[in-house]
Amino acid sequence: MTLAHRIIPCLDTDGARVVKGVNFVGLRDAGDPAALAARYNAEGADELVVLDIAASRDRRPTFLETIRRVAAELAIPLTAGGGIRSLDDARSVIRAGADKITVNTAAVKRPELITELSQEFGAQAVVLAIDAKFDSSSLANLGSVVVANSSEPPPVVESQVEKPHWDVRIRGGRDSTHLDALQWAQHGVELGAGEILLTSMDRDGTQSGFDVELTHAISTCVSVPVIASGGAKIPQHFSEVFTLGAADAALAASIFHDDTQSIRALKQFLSSQSIEVRLPC
Amino acid sequence: MTVTIIDYGAGNVPSVERALQKLGVASKRVRQPNELAGASAIILPGVGHYAAIIRALDQQNLRAPLLDAITLGVPFLGICLGLQALYSSSEEAPSLSGLNLFSGSVRSLPATVKLPHMGWNRLRIQRTSQLLGGLSESDYFYFAHTFAAATPADQVVATCEHGTNFTAVLEHSNIFATQFHPEKSGAAGSRLLQNFLSRAV
Repeated sequence: MTLAHRIIPCLDTDGARVVKGVNFVGLRDAGDPAALAARYNAEGADELVVLDIAASRDRRPTFLETIRRVAAELAIPLTAGGGIRSLDDARSVIRAGADKITVNTAAVKRPELITELSQEFGAQAVVLAIDAKFDSSSLANLGSVVVANSSEPPPVVESQVEKPHWDVRIRGGRDSTHLDALQWAQHGVELGAGEILLTSMDRDGTQSGFDVELTHAISTCVSVPVIASGGAKIPQHFSEVFTLGAADAALAASIFHDDTQSIRALKQFLSSQSIEVRLPC
Repeated sequence: MTVTIIDYGAGNVPSVERALQKLGVASKRVRQPNELAGASAIILPGVGHYAAIIRALDQQNLRAPLLDAITLGVPFLGICLGLQALYSSSEEAPSLSGLNLFSGSVRSLPATVKLPHMGWNRLRIQRTSQLLGGLSESDYFYFAHTFAAATPADQVVATCEHGTNFTAVLEHSNIFATQFHPEKSGAAGSRLLQNFLSRAV
């Protein structure tokens, strides 16, 4: 008896319709969220995530209606996010039928939001979404001697020099924060996040596989479950991220939407690799 | 039959309503003490912090009428925090008193595993029961919790393991409870709710 590894389809929406794109650009329509939700529920998805990637204030009622329509189709947990900036935003999303909420940009700008949400809804309902991008300069520093500026305390040279560094991105991946993804994940958990949704901005949309190194680094440094996201195409990508990446769950979008990969077949493959999954009946 | 759902503001009330609706069963939310009288079946859903459910039961004056209904034999189903509330107390809010229908304290799962215990897990069935009729150790149920009850009592129908063994399903005359969320547990959860409802008619 062990906890099953979760397979989580993600519906990126413009509020009303599911959209898809590469590296957050070039969006195109990919279907009705409620219809896709019904299909994934029947195919054995373990949870569903629905995101409002536009997250504009005036489209909010549309997104809440989408959550209601999606929740009505599900007998599995639903996570919703995109544009949640306050307790009131979260409350309306949960009342519409979400079991959990994700926060990303707003939590970076005001980390106390995580604590407020956790106290109100419980840590199990608060998912910290982190968009991480590899900082190639972190490897360029490998082995080089860092000369400390005499007017400032010496930086934590050891970790910066020896380990790769991932930068936290916000606003859909557009803006750098200069926050270290590992440190932000740990801080988010201290503040009350019950789960991390980790998206590799380097892999997202590339279908070249999850970022196993990033996922392993985050998953082994926090006490909460980690959902890996970005880059999935073939079943081997999922087995890699569960075994080598130590992911607790794996999320993908377009490969499920356009039927490149059926959830049922994916789970059968994982089970054949001795990876614990909930097999659909 | 109409199922009475105790609404203390927990996030999963709508999910429970929807799950019952899919089984063709009507439900009503109650927030007032006088609304519990005459209930044919009561569900106490819960998710989040132990203090929230206990404080709400007391602030809404629901503790006494709920205990009365259970004593009268009304079928009762506690879900997640609704199971934990049946014990004497919880480490999560040590100053508060639970419903005390079962002795013992709810404790944190060990930090040797990832917490919350989040996702789908299977049961170790201890004895036959009405609640798990037609269900087996190969069925998965959805859990989302950090605290859990220990397992000494003979009321325990099934345990689950995450770092340690804990109570997953309780059944004692008209009192039923699950640490997992049947309303979020697909076909297996639906079957469990059906089993509870068949006890209720």
